[in-house]
Amino acid sequence: MAGLLTNLLLLALLVFILVLVIRTRKLFPVVVLAGAYSLVSAAMFVNLDAVDVAFTEAAVGAGISTVLFLAAMAYLPGAEKEPPEARGVMHILPALVICIVAGMLLVVAAIELPPVGDPTAPPHVHVAPRYLEESGSFLHIPNVVTTVLASYRGFDTFGETVVVFTAGLGVLVLLAGKTRTAWRRRDQDADSSGVQGHGDA
Amino acid sequence: MSAPLATLVESWNYLVVICLMMGGLFIVISQNNLVKKLVGLAIFQTSVFLFYISVGKIAGGTAPILLKGDETLYSNPLPHVLILTAIVVGVATTALGLALVLRINAAFGSIEDDEVLSMKAADAEPRGRRDRSPEDAA
Repeated sequence: MAGLLTNLLLLALLVFILVLVIRTRKLFPVVVLAGAYSLVSAAMFVNLDAVDVAFTEAAVGAGISTVLFLAAMAYLPGAEKEPPEARGVMHILPALVICIVAGMLLVVAAIELPPVGDPTAPPHVHVAPRYLEESGSFLHIPNVVTTVLASYRGFDTFGETVVVFTAGLGVLVLLAGKTRTAWRRRDQDADSSGVQGHGDA
Repeated sequence: MSAPLATLVESWNYLVVICLMMGGLFIVISQNNLVKKLVGLAIFQTSVFLFYISVGKIAGGTAPILLKGDETLYSNPLPHVLILTAIVVGVATTALGLALVLRINAAFGSIEDDEVLSMKAADAEPRGRRDRSPEDAA
């Protein structure tokens, strides 16, 4: 009962933060609100028994993500451009229609789902009980999430590491090279000083 | 609390999470600012995490960390594992997206979607003539 009320309160808070994000035009508050969104959802994860996920979300989602955004903000303009007055509602209408239609379809699908917390729901009767019953005596690690992550599904975690490595490589490649404006300026310098053969570096 | 009302309150999770998801999607589609689009993407992502964790919850259960007594009811650990992986991958994609935004800002001097697109359209015209005509005249 108390858990349910906490749940509802946190969900209401999330919706509130979402509305604030949509309405705020300055980017710094938007980034901080996104961090708050992550933190509130971490609290919700604790309430839904997912303590490992809550740790990770608070550290990685609310922490590292926000730091990355703030670091990038140092090089970016601090606010959105004001939209021209004449646009009105028309420019968000397609987005609104798409979101409402997709949301309706998802609601229709969600009505068929078993209620939250139902112990006889299909996800709880098939694979998970095996992990819960066997992992303790097989691997002697009390935390089942750790066991599944590192042992039963170790290859998944390996694949995740590869993804993170690739993303890091992509960031390096994107940020290490010269920018297009830098190239153009170089071209113009070369043209104006009469030096031939640009683009050899 | 009566049983149907309790059921409604418990399934309420799914409905609100769908609203949050669509809110994130709305930000991604409707906002012109690229940083805000990325924030919308992060919100969309976190809402999907909430959905998965809600599916894994068992009423009266506890966190899936094994205790001495055998009769404890645990919540489903499998969605937790999936979402742990997804959170880390989500940060990786956010970092890559931010690097792209920095790069776009360096190349175009703007992080507004429509401005960048119009500049790109202007750039698609034959390049040498447009760029060099003032210098040729000088």
